[in-house]
Amino acid sequence: MKIIIILISTIFVNNVILAQFLGICPFLGTSKKTSTAVGMGAAVIFVLVLATLVTYLLNKYVLVAHGLEFLQTIAFILVIAALVQMVEIILKKISPSLYTALGVFLPLITTNCCVLGVSLKVVGEGFIYGNNVGEAVIYAAGIAIGFAVALIIFSGIREHIDLMEAPEGTKGTPIALITAGILAMAFMGFGGLV
Amino acid sequence: MSNWKTFTKGLIKENPILVLLLGCCPTLATTTSAINGMSMGLATTFVLIMSNLVISLLKNFIPDKVRIPCFIVVIASFVTVVQLIMQAYVPDIYETLGLFIPLIVVNCIVLGRAEAFASKNPVWPSILDGAGMGLGFTFALTVLGSIREILGSGSIFNFRFLPEDAQTILIFVLAPGAFIALGYLIAIVNRLKKTK
Repeated sequence: MKIIIILISTIFVNNVILAQFLGICPFLGTSKKTSTAVGMGAAVIFVLVLATLVTYLLNKYVLVAHGLEFLQTIAFILVIAALVQMVEIILKKISPSLYTALGVFLPLITTNCCVLGVSLKVVGEGFIYGNNVGEAVIYAAGIAIGFAVALIIFSGIREHIDLMEAPEGTKGTPIALITAGILAMAFMGFGGLV
Repeated sequence: MSNWKTFTKGLIKENPILVLLLGCCPTLATTTSAINGMSMGLATTFVLIMSNLVISLLKNFIPDKVRIPCFIVVIASFVTVVQLIMQAYVPDIYETLGLFIPLIVVNCIVLGRAEAFASKNPVWPSILDGAGMGLGFTFALTVLGSIREILGSGSIFNFRFLPEDAQTILIFVLAPGAFIALGYLIAIVNRLKKTK
């Protein structure tokens, strides 16, 4: 039951993009086509879960154990960068088909602030699922699925917007941002669900 | 390019948010009020200037292949400095901005300027470039924060100009308003650029 609550609250109620503003750059950058949105979404799910697991353990057994919490930002970004690089190399060897599908998006994830944001949040003070590594990972998975859901919905809308006549000046990014605003309003409707 | 141009190009012509669309996450998340937007902008400006300074000093020592990780370490160090300073001296603002202070590390503007400018130019222009870009970022954040604060809470820089019971458009302080306000702001800038 708790798992379902975590998932619903992260995917819908506190959607990472539309309510928490993490990962806006890839949200605007890779949402022009549904196929790229699916690729980016899958890559983020994969990396975010892995990164949260690794940084959680690193924080618990290395940083906190030695009283080095102030190094969190530096340590985490390095771990994430190395992890993305490693995942890229391993995927290339093990599953070339998955690698070609995710390939372009993997290096972009290092600078996706939702990865660093979530890993910092999970180890931060006052985080309710922070005591249990399993719950933290489920939380990360929910966030990543929420990212993918918002991205794919948005890319679907954007494909249609491209065919429409937008007012002068709002063509391109501005109209996309306004649409995202309306989508965020729709997601606000989920508030109070959990 | 003269030093003056290096400094001013970030303010309007190549404004990181309004024109280049870099660093959208803190832009949307921290502009619930003018003061929040401005403090976020100034924190980022400090990191930009210092990281540009250090990277342009070290550019001849950093091997080309590992330059990105090196840049990130430099940037992350200064972000940690900012984080600790803000925690000590302005704890209120630090609480409000929360997660987005450490997230300056992954702000595309900082790494973008390091890669595009500081790694190729001498120290003094790099500092000016960082300052210009940072102030352009601060300017855009303050404008967006003011718009959202005026429409959403009927005040500016915490000074309330509407009566207590006046109705405001609350949605502008909430998440959807951020997207919509930024969308229209960029649309206006695009329009002005065309008529020029």
